[in-house]
Amino acid sequence: MYKTPDGKEIFVIDGHIHFWDGSPENQRNVHGKQFIDCFYAYHTALSPKEQLWEKAKFEKYSEDDLYRDLFVDGPDDMAIVQSTYLKDFYKNGFNTLERNAAVAERFPDRFIVNGSFDPRDGEKALEYIHFMKETYDIKGVKMYTAEWNGSSKGWRLDDPDAYRCFELCEKLGIRNIHVHKGPTILPLNKDAFDVHDVDNAATDFQGLNWIVEHCGLPRLDDFCWIAVQETNVYGGLAVALPFIHSRPRYFAEVISELLFWVGEDNLLFGSDYAIWTPQWLVEKFWAFELPEDIREERGVDLTPAVKEKILGLNAARIYDVDVEAKRSALASTPVTLAAE
Amino acid sequence: MERLTATEERRRAVWRALDRVTDPELDDPITDMGFVDGIEIAGGSVEVAFRLPTYWCSPNFAYLMAEDIRREVEALPWVEQARVCLQDHMFADKVNEGVNDGTGFDASFGDMASGDDLSALRAKFEVKAFQRRQESVLLHLRAAGCTDAEIAAMTLAAFDLADFGEGEAAAQKPRYREMLLAKGLAREGADLAFRTWEGAPLTPAGMADYLGTLRQVRINMEFNGALCRRLKSTRYKEAELGEDGPGLVDFMLGRVPGQTPPACI
Repeated sequence: MYKTPDGKEIFVIDGHIHFWDGSPENQRNVHGKQFIDCFYAYHTALSPKEQLWEKAKFEKYSEDDLYRDLFVDGPDDMAIVQSTYLKDFYKNGFNTLERNAAVAERFPDRFIVNGSFDPRDGEKALEYIHFMKETYDIKGVKMYTAEWNGSSKGWRLDDPDAYRCFELCEKLGIRNIHVHKGPTILPLNKDAFDVHDVDNAATDFQGLNWIVEHCGLPRLDDFCWIAVQETNVYGGLAVALPFIHSRPRYFAEVISELLFWVGEDNLLFGSDYAIWTPQWLVEKFWAFELPEDIREERGVDLTPAVKEKILGLNAARIYDVDVEAKRSALASTPVTLAAE
Repeated sequence: MERLTATEERRRAVWRALDRVTDPELDDPITDMGFVDGIEIAGGSVEVAFRLPTYWCSPNFAYLMAEDIRREVEALPWVEQARVCLQDHMFADKVNEGVNDGTGFDASFGDMASGDDLSALRAKFEVKAFQRRQESVLLHLRAAGCTDAEIAAMTLAAFDLADFGEGEAAAQKPRYREMLLAKGLAREGADLAFRTWEGAPLTPAGMADYLGTLRQVRINMEFNGALCRRLKSTRYKEAELGEDGPGLVDFMLGRVPGQTPPACI
């Protein structure tokens, strides 16, 4: 939990974290190297200097590092660990469900493990969704529409193959669909950050929650327009939040737009660990106040109550986490690595 | 003062031409973004090396920049042929071959493209560039005390006379004006200085909402801009100026291109 300067205890669910292996040994080709290099560039570009990691640790960190950074030194109560396979780039995958489930098993009560699938796999994708539900009882998935698969360099959420998968997800109670909306590769001559497929999918699957990671930035205008019409569309703050350090006024403008259009009940904190660590993000977020002119311009405010929702209560709601029960359970478990 | 040699004059002319090439997503000149890595001049042949913040930067945007580089440099009277050399990019070869051989985007990328040689994308970013430039000058006028009614009624002649200070708005003033005229939204001094890209005059009553729309456009573009600049400086540890550099032209223009690139293709 995060303890505020005046002693209040804030329940924190980190909505977007990774446990990856991007090490040279696991890289299949130059793309694997360039992919982790790009993540590392994000890390070094937006982290405060004192939070920078060595490259080797960034490429592959241990279960202990993960636990310490999130729960011992960090403010998280729980973390949603996303699966990203990228098997065209990494021999054993980048962070697979199996790898994530193993760390979740070692630290019970701490992780919500999300699966992933690729609708382009057709029948196999459907079988895999069944497998993930039966084996790991997943409640959410991470969709990476820009992922390569053979000759395909991307897909859309409203493709027919994808719809068959989402129908199955809904039937099995996998209700939270996290969608990475960041740089994509194809179709190459289109606006590569397009978020309109979210609009169609969210309209057609009202029983599912659509969490758009990175808020569709840099297509915030399109994303806001979609989110204002669809109550089941959420924004994940990963990548937007680190600007709180390097460009606070810009962050104020972004969060004001999100509060105005998307609303305080539909925004989720996410550190995107290990690109960034949650401690400094949560500290700065809690201390952050909107400049008066921006607050008045949009008529929104980032009050402590709003921050508490964004930091954990919203995610608890869509993942059926009983916050009080979880607080008690965690209080009886020592936050330490020595227990191992 | 040292005289510019003929070659230095030409290098300077190429830099100026490259000022007119923008990153389509950001509407910032590639020279400001630090994307231009080197210029080679041999007689009437020019090769421009450029590089982007990540290996993954959208190849469509890279392609637009490469095309614009070639076009702007070849517009110089003494240039017979300009070539581009995109470096360290997942599709560097395709972009370089496509632009240097004039193949076109669709032919270069085959099945991965969807058939309009980027013209729709180019048009989309043109609108955003216009809106970003317009917001900057509008906000300045408002901050300077103009009422929304005065702004809506402002003529091009009055716009030209208006003082935009020395900051961002001053830099955007000529850039906004250029697009306004190029699009035919204003032609002479008596014409309105402010219209939407579609040609509608701005109204005092609609000004606040309209500015809200423009703000979102800017927020998006700033996100890219801030990220791109930081990613780029992270990827290429920007060299400190040594004794051998910068050259006179760089000094005069306040810019420092990188080392001479390796031969490209």
